[in-house]
Amino acid sequence: MKQVGRDIPRLEVRAKVTGRADYTHHLQLPGMLYGKVFRSTVPHGRILSIDTQAARELPGVHRVVTGADIQKLIPEPYYGPAFHDQPILALEKVRHVGEPVAVVLSSDPHIAEQGVQLITAEYEELPAVYDEIEAMQPDILVHDVLRPAGTFADLKHLKGRGGTNIALDYHLRRGDVDKAFAEAAQVFEHTFKTQQCLHLAFEPFVSVAEPGDNRLTIYTANQSPSFVRIEIARLFGWPENHVRVKVPYLGGGFGGKLYIKLEALVASLAMMTRRPVKIALTMEEQFYMITKHPTTFRIKSGVDKSGRLTARTCEVFWNGGAYADIGPRVAQKSGFTAAGPYDIDNVNVDSYEIYTNRTPAGALRGFGIPQLVWAYESHTDLIARELGADPVEFRRKNLLRNGRPHASGTVLNDAAIGTVFDSIVSRIGWDKPFDRGSGTLRRGRGVAIGLKAVISPTTSVAIVNISADGSVTAYTGTVDMGQGSDTAYALIVAEVLGVNAEEVRVVHSDTDITPYDMGTLGSRSLYHMGNAMRLAAEDAGNKLRALAAEAGLPEGTNYPPSEIFKKRFGMQAGNVIGSASFVPSYKPPDPQTGQSDNVTPFWMVGGAAVEVEVDTETGHIRIVRLVNAVDAGKPINPGVVRAQISGAAVMQLGFTLSEAMHLDGGQVTNASLADYKIPGIGDIPPMDSELVTAEQQTGPFGAKGAGESGTFGVSPAIANAIHDAVGVRIMELPITAEAVLRALRAQEGRPLADE
Amino acid sequence: MSARAISFTLNGDPVSTAIEPHRNLVELLQRFGLLGARESCGQGLCGCCTVLVDGVAVSGCLYFGVWVDGKDVSTVEHLDAGGELSKVQQAFIDCGAFQCGFCTPGFVLMSHQLLNEHPDPSEEEIRDYLTGNLCRCGAYPEIIQAVKRAAKM
Repeated sequence: MKQVGRDIPRLEVRAKVTGRADYTHHLQLPGMLYGKVFRSTVPHGRILSIDTQAARELPGVHRVVTGADIQKLIPEPYYGPAFHDQPILALEKVRHVGEPVAVVLSSDPHIAEQGVQLITAEYEELPAVYDEIEAMQPDILVHDVLRPAGTFADLKHLKGRGGTNIALDYHLRRGDVDKAFAEAAQVFEHTFKTQQCLHLAFEPFVSVAEPGDNRLTIYTANQSPSFVRIEIARLFGWPENHVRVKVPYLGGGFGGKLYIKLEALVASLAMMTRRPVKIALTMEEQFYMITKHPTTFRIKSGVDKSGRLTARTCEVFWNGGAYADIGPRVAQKSGFTAAGPYDIDNVNVDSYEIYTNRTPAGALRGFGIPQLVWAYESHTDLIARELGADPVEFRRKNLLRNGRPHASGTVLNDAAIGTVFDSIVSRIGWDKPFDRGSGTLRRGRGVAIGLKAVISPTTSVAIVNISADGSVTAYTGTVDMGQGSDTAYALIVAEVLGVNAEEVRVVHSDTDITPYDMGTLGSRSLYHMGNAMRLAAEDAGNKLRALAAEAGLPEGTNYPPSEIFKKRFGMQAGNVIGSASFVPSYKPPDPQTGQSDNVTPFWMVGGAAVEVEVDTETGHIRIVRLVNAVDAGKPINPGVVRAQISGAAVMQLGFTLSEAMHLDGGQVTNASLADYKIPGIGDIPPMDSELVTAEQQTGPFGAKGAGESGTFGVSPAIANAIHDAVGVRIMELPITAEAVLRALRAQEGRPLADE
Repeated sequence: MSARAISFTLNGDPVSTAIEPHRNLVELLQRFGLLGARESCGQGLCGCCTVLVDGVAVSGCLYFGVWVDGKDVSTVEHLDAGGELSKVQQAFIDCGAFQCGFCTPGFVLMSHQLLNEHPDPSEEEIRDYLTGNLCRCGAYPEIIQAVKRAAKM
């Protein structure tokens, strides 16, 4: 039976509905200590003293550890995927509120927590900077020295700019923008902003380290176990094989649990105490771990007389917070698609990753793309309206098509931009009249479409094992956090080897057993690991045929595998092990112009159309209907992909309408689910998600990643629909009722007073 | 703080233990190897820690362990005690009503309570009833379908 394309429940469903699925959250080991973190209360300051005496004297406290203690174990205790800029515990300075300064260890987590309350620290407070535009000036420096990591192939060029807060500046130059603007019939310029929000996985960050003899086992809720292994080995000066990283299922990730988070800390504490150490964050503490970049995006476009876009400049400022994390990759990899899915001959992009005194920012479901689409699709809509053109027709005229060069210099290929756009336009019924409301309730419609280039170059390695009875086991480093990766690989392997997917055992994320994978991120897994898995299964199939030949069976024999093993080894014995690595070809962008003719192995496309109803008395908006369309290539497990698309849209609804971290003096004043509003079941509008007919020719059986694509169009489609309904334009996320009401009142000439 | 002796019924069996008064119900259940109720938000807002006490759903993160003394406690692990999944569990699988699965036990238990009270709930009733459970993966459309399906099973 054909396997890929079957709609099957994920392999682990029974464990999940019975509450028996394995998460790091639950893990307890004999003799384990719990660590609770004492955190900075100031956004920027020199540490003058840390008084841990009272905590140490609390009965039941095993030990209190500060940065100085860590440094005795690891002289250079700085980590990070792009820069080695983050100390395991603060040294000399603190750079954001909530930065870990000390840890109290106890076999009872309540006592450890009590111990934390007894610690005091004194700081010489330094001026702090929170805004990405202000931080472009070097008046306040978050870091005195910048330390590039040099770990990843695509970030080897990182230097940082000494004497500034700029961790990365990326530039793209195509055509002659100045000339094109001079010749343009009309020029439009806008500035859009996005807010700081966060992943807020329901399994909060948690890691456990178990010490051995010059080795460690780390159990962790993490999306990139191979990176954790390499980074921990580097910190301790060990070979990779001294570190074992195990990841069971993840209770949500969304890009938050990437690279290193708590792992270096628990590893150090376990080596110090010679006991297993667990640190599990509370929901509140998650607000001080990793967030989504706030951005300012200045965008300017030139249009010729016929309504064609001829020039676009994009200046994007990414507020990366106190530590770079993977922000430089966000600024670069998203930066080069900042001009959007349009065919524009003259494009300049300047994209800056900037340090500030906020909680660090990293990747969140889209690697920066949702922030960009918010700006360029709001801008595109404004241009169409100014020109008196239909926003759909204006886009159709300017959309980039397969075979045409993207602004990066790479020719667009297998990107279903037109199909996705047609799908949302027809499903929202753009050409049909609709009820525009009356009185104080007004309705409008909006569309938006976004493009992403998957991150490159990255490597996945897979192993497929056929046991002597013919049963099949696949080994993968992909972390399954609900996206259904285990099941997708089972389908791929089953397709190649002619078995049922349900019979394939998938072993995931244990670095002693599963081979290297760059990480579960950026919608890369299905394409990269999926290709590796297909090749590994083919390798296993070839080896099984070779085994049959060794056993003297004629070529093309239809003996079942178990008989082949029996013939070869005289009994039920042996294995056939197939393996494969997959890394796509890649050409790094030119450092001056950002040009490359091979910048990505595949393009992702997502679009959304919405109908909204605006209450002009309160500013409250109601989504009447949301339609989403995504290019997932030929989906491997369509039902699971569709749920991913609608899940992504739900998450983006939160980032669009309600979610925002509020700061006061660097403190997050709404660090709880009570005060930070995520979407609930009552907030879900009628939704309809479609996977358009498409094929990624280089993907496994025509498939490509799509976990993020459902986020792309949601925010600008809503802003565009509000504009359509009531004529006001929201330039900054989130679009709260207050923001809409302020815009309405300003439009009426009777603005509301400032807060 | 000294531990207090308590006795209660856990998933149908009488049990006794001693627990300090500051420990919550989630911690108590962990001692019995029951991990389906999970503390996430710590404020009784997300529903990941849902447990039935005398047949009524409580937030295990805000409910002290000592309070179950003399009571009947039922967790998600009890639903397939006979080896068969409950209708709600099967419907959640059929409809793909979860992704990461961390909040799922809470949704499953609340859906059971909902169907006990309203055997054939309208979509509005489903939304109202499950409003105290949150799902960060955003599986709400599939959850609504699953509850409707379970009602028909």
